[in-house]
Amino acid sequence: MNIRTMLCSTACLALMAGASTAQEVTVLGWGGDYARSQIEAYHKPFTEETGIRVISVDADNPATPLKAMVEAGNVTVDVAVIEYADAVRLCDEGLLEVIDTSILEPAPDGTPAEDDFLPGTLTECMVGTDVFSTIFAYDATRFPDNPPTTIADFFDTDNFPGKRGVRRNAKATLEMALMADGVPAEEVYDLLETQEGVERAFAKLDTIKGDIVWWEAGAQPPQLLADGEVAMTIAWNGRIFNAAVGEGKPFEIVWDGQVYEPEGLAIPVGAPNMEEALQFVAFATRAESLARAAEWISYGPTRRSAAPLVGVFQVDGETEMGPNLPTSEENMTNALASSYEFWVDRDAELNERFNAWLLAN
Amino acid sequence: MSDIPIGPTATARQQRLETADGTPLKSALARASRRQKLRALALVAPLALFIIVTFVLPIGQMLLRSVNNTQFSDNMPALVQWFAENPPGIDPDEAAFAALVSDLRNGAAQRTVGSVGTRINYEVPGTRSLFTATARRAADLEPPYREALLEVNSDWAREDIWAAMRGASQAYTANFYLAAVDRKRDLDGNIVQSDPQNRVYVQLFLRTFMLSGVITLICLLLGFPVAHLLATLPLRKSNLLMILVLLPFWTSLLVRTTSWIVLLQGQGVVNNVLVALGVIGDDGRLALMYNQAGTIIAMTHVLLPFMILPLYSVMKTIPPSYARAARSLGATSWTTFRRIYLPQTIPGIGAGSILVFILAMGYYITPALVGGATGQLISNQIAFHMQNSLNWSLAAALAALLLGAVLLLYWVYDRLVGIDNMKLG
Repeated sequence: MNIRTMLCSTACLALMAGASTAQEVTVLGWGGDYARSQIEAYHKPFTEETGIRVISVDADNPATPLKAMVEAGNVTVDVAVIEYADAVRLCDEGLLEVIDTSILEPAPDGTPAEDDFLPGTLTECMVGTDVFSTIFAYDATRFPDNPPTTIADFFDTDNFPGKRGVRRNAKATLEMALMADGVPAEEVYDLLETQEGVERAFAKLDTIKGDIVWWEAGAQPPQLLADGEVAMTIAWNGRIFNAAVGEGKPFEIVWDGQVYEPEGLAIPVGAPNMEEALQFVAFATRAESLARAAEWISYGPTRRSAAPLVGVFQVDGETEMGPNLPTSEENMTNALASSYEFWVDRDAELNERFNAWLLAN
Repeated sequence: MSDIPIGPTATARQQRLETADGTPLKSALARASRRQKLRALALVAPLALFIIVTFVLPIGQMLLRSVNNTQFSDNMPALVQWFAENPPGIDPDEAAFAALVSDLRNGAAQRTVGSVGTRINYEVPGTRSLFTATARRAADLEPPYREALLEVNSDWAREDIWAAMRGASQAYTANFYLAAVDRKRDLDGNIVQSDPQNRVYVQLFLRTFMLSGVITLICLLLGFPVAHLLATLPLRKSNLLMILVLLPFWTSLLVRTTSWIVLLQGQGVVNNVLVALGVIGDDGRLALMYNQAGTIIAMTHVLLPFMILPLYSVMKTIPPSYARAARSLGATSWTTFRRIYLPQTIPGIGAGSILVFILAMGYYITPALVGGATGQLISNQIAFHMQNSLNWSLAAALAALLLGAVLLLYWVYDRLVGIDNMKLG
């Protein structure tokens, strides 16, 4: 037995020993209220049913550390919550495990999972859990008489004075800038494909560049609003809803110009607890689990059969979730479905361009 | 040694010195001292090993990564071979396009095309999608491949993309260093400035030097009197003062930085006090953070102890009698300070300044939290490329340039002031 096989067998033994006693799964999420919704709806019931411990860790955008982990060959998480476009992109690059849809459970009425999920929420490597939206919200006490109503108002600092919170990221920011500049939702991506469209979006952002406070973590925008640091901020709708309804803050969401996108669970290549990870994904994407999550944060479930199961907001115990979901009829008048096809290919170059724009004086 | 005269007689001069057992003294001595050297080396070995493993190797690996990138060359073997067989200047023929298609097919199957596209995207921004989108359709392409590829996307005829692919087919490249100073190669291989909207690093390097210089200067101006006080006060009082200096030094960097956020933000303590006192109006709240001011204030506070401690240790050793002598000989207090006291503190000023300046150049947590967009330093971009864009080669090139700048600074300092004159504590 040479030294290498000896080392290997020792390592393998240690691994086996670890696997047999570990029984845990590490889930990388987005922190804040969104992570709480998943802990309440998925993690706790999962541990109750299977006895497998769920470790919850947070990142500003889990896709980023995930990619770094797989490329460095040091994967420490088993399941990650990632956006649709990131899931397709990372899947293309071979960083995510392909998930066989046969592991997913059918709807309560027996409909197979593939037919139960909304179109486009099941991809090769990601099982969708919810639809979230990037919206802008304002502090109602700052605009008592004349509240902002359209995405153009967000860029209008003359009539609506005050600082603006914007995510330090190109995705959704560029789309909203174009919509504020008068581009209809259905033309946004065609325009962004062109150099002029990109220039136009940055030119629109230039008009408020000096008034922007940049944020990176999803929990920051409600905090910035609450601190009075900004008068309006771009945010994820669930975070604002939880702060407004759950904590009674005077925040209002403007749905005009919202950009919505599914997100879901994916497993990185080389996940240390593959078995448990698959079990977790199957459990978390049951219709009941998805409905439970939607009772903790206002993100719409991705399964048809889950929609009627969604009850009231668990934090205050009375607010109906339906009208507060991004996909609700009245919120969709001027809404843009985030294009994964666009962002899969343009993410790297537009973010680099965005960075150069940001740092230029 | 043996021919050094050791005694007065001629016989003694001829005789070789020997130990009791008959071995020549010279070799016995050499053996003894070798053993001693080995023992000393064994004592140093753990530290040396530690430094090699945790410092020399990673830095070496980083420097290698800045000139070596195999994302393209490893994943496009057929095309790499075509480039090797056909010298520059030859237009891509059908064989080249066939090689490209076969590599793209493999890339789609092996899921490596994303990293190939990413690599070329570094050289020609906006081309990543060309690779990924074409690869998705590569399986259906029929010969002649040139026409088939141009059908999918006419960009495949672009000379700059082929030039970039030829460049990337070599694992070793200096292009990441060019990118790190906002330069690129044009079609003929000449080095030119990158497009204006992509220029960012030179400006950031200059900003990093400028802000580090400003922070060092402020630290010196604030730290000098405190260090002087520390060195001259009676022991009991100076101990108390020393604790006040050290307490923040021992507090977590993150805690100190977030405390500054509480103090400096628009609705923060400083602004609220100023508004309450009527110094500024409620609309005229000062922008003290999320800009360069925030970076300077927070970093000055964080780095101040690194200035005070070396200054203090030098000032402590300056006998007060010199200043008294100068005064008794008629010097004014200003002259005494300028000609007697200040020159003796130079080693401390040098040590403190170089310490603060070098630390400031590498800072990134504090500017990331309080710097907004204009208060970012070059290290924030290195972190961005390490963690977000995952362009590790560019991150390595930027880091190597920063390292080079620090070494250069150290050398200049050595020539001007002399490293021997530095006193760290």
